[in-house]
Amino acid sequence: MATIVGAITTSHVPAIGRAIDKGLEQDPYWKPFFDGYPPARAWLAQAKPDVAVIFYQDHGLNFFLDKMPTFAVGAAPEYRNADEGWGIPTVKPVKGDPALSWHVIESLVADEFDVTTCQEMLVDHALTLPMALLWPGGGDWPVRIVPIAMNHVQHPLPSPRRAYRLGQSVGRALEAWPGDARVLVMGTGGLSHQLDGERAGFINKPFDLMCMDALVNEPEKLTRYSALDIVREAGAQGTELMAWIAARAALTGRVSKVHANYHVPISNTATGLMVFDNQPAAVARAA
Amino acid sequence: MTTQRDYGIPGTPIFDGTMAAKGYALNRMCYSFNSADNRAEFKRDEDAYCRRFGLSGEQREAVASRNVLQLIAAGGNIYYLAKFAGILGLDVQDIGAQQTGMSKDEFKARLLAAGR
Repeated sequence: MATIVGAITTSHVPAIGRAIDKGLEQDPYWKPFFDGYPPARAWLAQAKPDVAVIFYQDHGLNFFLDKMPTFAVGAAPEYRNADEGWGIPTVKPVKGDPALSWHVIESLVADEFDVTTCQEMLVDHALTLPMALLWPGGGDWPVRIVPIAMNHVQHPLPSPRRAYRLGQSVGRALEAWPGDARVLVMGTGGLSHQLDGERAGFINKPFDLMCMDALVNEPEKLTRYSALDIVREAGAQGTELMAWIAARAALTGRVSKVHANYHVPISNTATGLMVFDNQPAAVARAA
Repeated sequence: MTTQRDYGIPGTPIFDGTMAAKGYALNRMCYSFNSADNRAEFKRDEDAYCRRFGLSGEQREAVASRNVLQLIAAGGNIYYLAKFAGILGLDVQDIGAQQTGMSKDEFKARLLAAGR
């Protein structure tokens, strides 16, 4: 059976792409943000995942308003990044894992999550920047991916409870996957931020810290909020938190926090990073 | 004129089905700006480009105004509008400053303060 090694949740602000491109990691503005990542990379070096299931949002690269799926699962052999309109450098293609994608899709639909399936899918900064942060330096990506895009553009958005249950369902699918794959689950976006309206620039540090705390041991606490509650508390674009909730919910074993970082601001955003270790239930029982 | 439904969150537009329908042409044009050729074409002849996408009068005026709140009222979604802002060389702090009536430095100072 596959092993879910843990989860990493991280912000994906587009400006990060430009900072990496210009080598600004130690610049005073950027340092408190980038300094969060070496401990995550050290954990990855010992967790050794070979596939990553990534909950993220498309911001108008692959999906337009003509067809806007609430949940879309990639089932492509390869995923490409492309021009998003404001010129951050594109990253090299990422290999998919179609067999695992279809397994996840079959399992989700059997579990009454009627997802959209995508055999071609461009992936935007929300997927590529977290990968660039976790596996820097070029060369081949060390993981294959299964992308799961969650509608974040057009209301009604799925509720935090729905995101949580989606994550749980993906976790069950992964645990039932035959073979010895080591799976990392990722959730990208957030934390609090708002780009539009007279409240642009809104950040809510107490709410973010409460969420990061809840995600460690009581993630279901966040399911009492509605999507609009999250808008109110975390800003119009803070609903990306949903991807963090889904990623955390996919962990079904004994979960511990390995590392966390929180820094305000990068661009208009409160940024966060969390690393969760997952000891599978069977191992946890034996220990 | 279709207007934004009130969801009771001050200063916070909610891009729902009504706004998605109202803003379709404008957002479709902004989505086309994922292509560098299209961005160049818009810059070459803005009027012709807007006509091609069938913008409403309100949307055409909002584009001409470069005013983000007006673009949102015309049905623009912030993620597609960001691609338009890119053509104008504006980042999200420029558009944040514009919407809140602050200078960019004031806007950035407020973000910094939020971290303390």
